[in-house]
Amino acid sequence: MYSEKVMKLFRHPHNMGKIENPDGLGKVGNPVCGDVMYIYIKVGKNKEGKDIIEDIKFETFGCVAAIATSSMITDLAKGKTLEEAEKITRDDVADCLEGLPPIKMHCSNLAADGLKAAIADYRKKRQAK
Amino acid sequence: MKRIYMDHAATTPVDKRVLEAMKPFFSDKFGNASSLHTEGQEAREALEKSREKLAYVIGADPKEIIFTSGGTESNNFALKGTAFANKNKGRHIITTKIEHDCVLNSARWLEKQGFDVTYLPVDSYGMVNTNELERAIRDDTILISIMHANNEIGTIEPIEDIAKIAKEHNIYLHTDAVQTVGKIKIDVKKLGVDMLSMSSHKIYGPKGVGALFIRGGTKIGPLLHGGGHERNMRSGTENVVGIVGMAEAAKIANREMQTVMPRITKFRDKLIRELLNIPNSYLSGHPEKRLPINASFYFKFIEGESLILKLDDRGIAASTGSACSSKSLKPSHVLLAIGLKPEEAHGSLRLTLGKENTEEDVSYTIKAVSESVEELRKMSPFKKTFEKVE
Repeated sequence: MYSEKVMKLFRHPHNMGKIENPDGLGKVGNPVCGDVMYIYIKVGKNKEGKDIIEDIKFETFGCVAAIATSSMITDLAKGKTLEEAEKITRDDVADCLEGLPPIKMHCSNLAADGLKAAIADYRKKRQAK
Repeated sequence: MKRIYMDHAATTPVDKRVLEAMKPFFSDKFGNASSLHTEGQEAREALEKSREKLAYVIGADPKEIIFTSGGTESNNFALKGTAFANKNKGRHIITTKIEHDCVLNSARWLEKQGFDVTYLPVDSYGMVNTNELERAIRDDTILISIMHANNEIGTIEPIEDIAKIAKEHNIYLHTDAVQTVGKIKIDVKKLGVDMLSMSSHKIYGPKGVGALFIRGGTKIGPLLHGGGHERNMRSGTENVVGIVGMAEAAKIANREMQTVMPRITKFRDKLIRELLNIPNSYLSGHPEKRLPINASFYFKFIEGESLILKLDDRGIAASTGSACSSKSLKPSHVLLAIGLKPEEAHGSLRLTLGKENTEEDVSYTIKAVSESVEELRKMSPFKKTFEKVE
């Protein structure tokens, strides 16, 4: 049912956990549906002075697909500028996982949304300052 | 890695003795039980002997056993066959919200054909309330169908009490006994049911075969029309090899029940006792009136599909009522009917024991479930409550 890649990340997820005092936090999903993701980001600057995702972690309540996509988005986003990170789509995540079962594409493939929400949270906080 | 199979409510392996009993009927004794020649009569004899064996196990007359393709067909047959044969008497059927899908979807289909169905609620243990049943009965009620024991949470329904009510009102009573045959002693006379569904592969018999007990005199019509097999009640060349296997499986289960079930019950109680030590873990189903093989739980803050695959990695086969593991993406209707919130139903785990499970298997499973739940909770953003996410 799941690809090797999905099962590998489910068994050994990357960047799992919480960042204390994150620069941005994205919360997506719904416990009623069975999938909730929290994406934590720490924002830094690259050599050109652009905002980049310096550190990223996730916490996920959900199925195998939800956990694997969470792990995948952290790998995809780490080190990228916010502009680049924002462009990562749900399909990109699924493709990098060698596909997801069709039924999981909609409900559990939330990680890209979670990252966008975290970046939006960071921008909102910065504006408020 | 050693595999530990703890999903016996889903299916069981074929008992080696059952397989031996079946073997001659594949190639050597292959006859069609309707044929007049020696080959045919050999098959006929095996078929009728199997009917007697199965009838004996449930205290029925052999004439009251109709072989089918399994539990689903038996339940479809009981509901649709009774409904159409009695539609001049009335069009109301009573069942429950926690029946197997094959009963529920038969009932829903009958609604589309102009029948009226009441789906009785159950309490938080999954028990039907007999007072509520009585209140639901109408002048035009023709059939009550209530399962003997629930496949997900293991609760055993008060069928004897229900039978008294059905009899008082002169209404047919059907029970889906797929989960109880071979596990608790069944006597159709004592139970007082008019129809009872059975399945072979839940009791170490082959898949693709089942039976329906139909009390003599019950007004019911067939689902399958054809050459008039099974006393005109189920046409189609009899699955002799499967039927031989089912009857042998039922005989063995019945004979060994008194040694196997007390041992399994002890294992079940140990699973329940130990796994409820995990924080935020709960038992589903009735604490006492439950199947000896069934230990069902839900663990807050984790999702069942992930739990099943964590356990699979540790060599354990189990199941869940989580939406994420279903084709419909809806949590189990049974868990919702006993009052669980969807987020709680997502964290459900069903362990169902079998005769090959050992004390070591049980201890290992307890450890594996505890570790898996802990690992998943470490990953979960929820630790103390489910927080609403915008």
